[in-house]
Amino acid sequence: MSSTHVTCTINGDQVEFLCRGDQTLLDALRDTAGLIGVKEGCATGDCGACSVILDGRLTCSCLVLAPEAEGAAILTVEGMGGPDGLHPLQEAFLEGAALQCGICTPGFLVAGKALLDRNPDPTEEQVRYAVAGNLCRCTGYDKIVRSILAAAADMKEASEAKETV
Amino acid sequence: MARVFFGSALRRVTGGVEEVEVEAATVRSLIAEMDRRFPGLGERLASGGVAVAIDGEIMTDALYEPVPADAEVHFLPAMGGG
Amino acid sequence: MTTTAGAKITVDPDPGYKWVGTRPVRHDGLDKVTGRARFGADLSLPGMLIGAVLRSPHAHARIRSIDTSAAEAMEEVKAVVTGADFPMLESEEGAGGEEAVDFRDLCRNVMARDKVLYEGHALAAVAAVTRRAALAALEAIEVDYEVLPHVVDVEEAMAPDAPVLHEDMFTAGVDPAPEAPSNIASRCVYERGDVEKGFAEADVVVEREFTTRPVHQGYIEPHAVVADTGEDGRSVIWCSSQGHFMVRTFTAKLLGWSPSQIKVIPAEIGGGFGGKTTVYVEPVAALLSRKAGRPVKIVMTRGEVFKGTGPTSGSKMRVKLGARRDGKLVAAEAWLAYQAGAFKGSPVQMGVMCMFAPYDIPNFFLEGFDVVNNMPKTAAYRAPGAPIGAFASETVLDEIAEELGIDPLEIRLINAVEEGMTAVYGPRYRRIGFRETVEALQGTPHYSAPLGSNQGRGVASGFWFNFGSNSSATVHINEDGGASVMTGSPDIGGSRASMALMAAEELGIDVYRITPIVADTESVGFTDMTGGSRVTHATGMAVIEACRKVVADLRARAAMMWDVDLDQVEWVDGRAQHVDGDRAPLTTEELSSASAKTGGPITASASLNARGAGAAFSTQMCDVEVDPQTGAVTILRYTTAQDAGRAIHPSYVEGQMQGGVVQGIGWGLNEEYIFDPDGVMENPGFLDYRMPVASDLPMIDTVIVEVPNPGHPYGVRGVGEVGIVPPMAAIANAVYDATGCRLGELPMSPPKVLAAIEANGD
Repeated sequence: MSSTHVTCTINGDQVEFLCRGDQTLLDALRDTAGLIGVKEGCATGDCGACSVILDGRLTCSCLVLAPEAEGAAILTVEGMGGPDGLHPLQEAFLEGAALQCGICTPGFLVAGKALLDRNPDPTEEQVRYAVAGNLCRCTGYDKIVRSILAAAADMKEASEAKETV
Repeated sequence: MARVFFGSALRRVTGGVEEVEVEAATVRSLIAEMDRRFPGLGERLASGGVAVAIDGEIMTDALYEPVPADAEVHFLPAMGGG
Repeated sequence: MTTTAGAKITVDPDPGYKWVGTRPVRHDGLDKVTGRARFGADLSLPGMLIGAVLRSPHAHARIRSIDTSAAEAMEEVKAVVTGADFPMLESEEGAGGEEAVDFRDLCRNVMARDKVLYEGHALAAVAAVTRRAALAALEAIEVDYEVLPHVVDVEEAMAPDAPVLHEDMFTAGVDPAPEAPSNIASRCVYERGDVEKGFAEADVVVEREFTTRPVHQGYIEPHAVVADTGEDGRSVIWCSSQGHFMVRTFTAKLLGWSPSQIKVIPAEIGGGFGGKTTVYVEPVAALLSRKAGRPVKIVMTRGEVFKGTGPTSGSKMRVKLGARRDGKLVAAEAWLAYQAGAFKGSPVQMGVMCMFAPYDIPNFFLEGFDVVNNMPKTAAYRAPGAPIGAFASETVLDEIAEELGIDPLEIRLINAVEEGMTAVYGPRYRRIGFRETVEALQGTPHYSAPLGSNQGRGVASGFWFNFGSNSSATVHINEDGGASVMTGSPDIGGSRASMALMAAEELGIDVYRITPIVADTESVGFTDMTGGSRVTHATGMAVIEACRKVVADLRARAAMMWDVDLDQVEWVDGRAQHVDGDRAPLTTEELSSASAKTGGPITASASLNARGAGAAFSTQMCDVEVDPQTGAVTILRYTTAQDAGRAIHPSYVEGQMQGGVVQGIGWGLNEEYIFDPDGVMENPGFLDYRMPVASDLPMIDTVIVEVPNPGHPYGVRGVGEVGIVPPMAAIANAVYDATGCRLGELPMSPPKVLAAIEANGD
């Protein structure tokens, strides 16, 4: 089988890679781009450990073929922070002890960001449904949900402070 | 004298005896004395599959542990957790 | 909704700890929120091959022959192994994650020989240049099976005419010894007093039957390994596990290698819950690598995880309990049979020992049967065996309380074990905090909150032993006065933060100046597995002891520098102080920078077989709403109180409590292995094996109870396991309160609940 040439944006960087037609985006991100923060828990779209934001949509990268990423903008957990430091969700997860083993954490952070991007002030129920596609077996979700809510509050406070200035 | 208690599995070796009194400084000498009284019991008790509880404290690999004078000693299956 | 921490009830106030009991950000947290942390599947080496495992499609079959010649002839295939490549091992017991492991069985579980005993049983493996090539090679392996009758159900497996898995297995623990082999590996009995007389004294007796299904630990990270075996036979194994020393010991044993030729480097572990306390693909990868002369990586698929690893037992149980009118329990009788999977070693004995452990009962006869069947060999799962038995005992106790008109928490207090009382399993309890967990719930607003229609409230309690065992730690003081703390305990739930907190407390320096490390098998002393809720207790004791040696050394260095006697030097707040206060104190940094002049680098190690593990109790309360149209059960509110002895890092204690509860909710409401008539698992994926998700759940409120364990310097009790013991019974009791239906079968899935409601209405 011949390889397909793909050009896309990953975490803000223009990236080119070759892939087979049946290779998943998950495998391309991990094995070709070296982004090991994207995790494989099931390869069937049921656990959310491989979550990325693809052209603004929360997506299981195991359910996308790598050639479909042509021209797309992809965000993984590796792209969440910036030169100024961690994303408020990352800070909140650390402060709120929202991770135990940590294997699901990248997926939850990406799912949390996808939520806050479209709904900066979610209710607890909205948070719970927004991350319902992500499995965590360690925490019982309590501290994850609290941390996403805490990050939303922090971001709101920060943006209000900015407006005041 | 330490009091040694046998659960139902070990009672099959002791011929139904549930409890004995023993003078022993360590678990090893206690087991040796048990084996003298109930031949074959020593091998059972010294195996890796058996833990000992001295005054409520469950221990594995306890052969050289001291046995206080009036201790209560129980033998239990060695267990693990998840 | 607040983000504040849960409640805490402390029996003995702490003696003024500075670090213990605080909530610093965990040291490994940054790597985990940025995607940098390396888990089992995240390592790749140059020239690495990909391994894949051929698994049985049959639940029970004789292997007439395996022909691997076509696979071996494929250009991209570099090695093939089958059971014949593993040494023939005699039956030999070793320390395992649950009951003692038999290496002969373990070897045959890792790679079948003669017979396959469950669908998913490994019987060959290949290493090839790509995964695609490896999978093609598996297709090319020809296996001639003689399919045999199989048995999954535990009672069917015990029947005299059941298909026998092991012709050489005779039930242990029965007199006279049986003459015919059977699937009953062993029987155990715990008894006291006169049960008949006890029941005769009872004013109320309840007898019920229970069924539970096998459930998987459900860690999100599939088993993964990279092994690199050199020409000299030395092998480096990188994998995630609950014990890298265990991986070394077990791999050496199964391959007939010496442990010293194997180095195991612990990857971050993506959940274990007991399921990673044994080996599956690790020895296979090491052997493939040896054959191929190249590194080999094996990563299980989720289907392989379900079909080839875990789960814990399904069971059949009959329980009879009697009490006097005043609520005092007078007699108990129980019959428990647990599925062990393909090889002996279900946790039934621990189920028997734990099920009535919270209560003082004068007369009982409890018997358990360990039964092999054609499903994957069970592996430890969080308080192995205890949740199953407690589902039965705690449900029956609830019914007794109801018949007597006694509040369910009150009946637990009436019968609660306390220090000095004799446990069901034999010895007397040392200091314990069971009563305090019950009282903690009585003190919550949840206890008296009103309930709506179709809603109900249930409570249940649970016990787990907790363990000590072997641990090692090494502490180095760095040039800047910070410290590295190395242990051999894989960190699953935040234990590095706990180790750092204990080291900070002992050394008197800031917790962020401590670097806690999980070191490989060649860099730290032998350490048993992360399991049995033992790490904070046992490895913590090794860390404390190593730190105390370091402090003694630091004091000696200060005495040398001041030219005073050692007893003139005290260690206060991370500094050496002269007792008269007439010298400027010396900090760790000053002492470390002078160390070349005072005897060289400052470092100390401690290794111990930790004694003094303190028993754990949990009492939980849950509110449910049952949809009378569908039978669906929704958890509305949940509060868990647990004796942690002393919470070193309360956030991660809460995390263990909450995580255990939610696994129990899954076990209670949704999760089960479903087998088709051929013994093939029908739901080997997360879509159909339905674990709880965030939208299924409320917040899980926690009350940390601190009744210090006298066997630990800070009073620590293990907290990892007991939280999963009560949930199924608490939910069943709540469902009863809501519907008037007693459910004796797990999971309490909508069809079962609906059927019970409809039967009740008839």
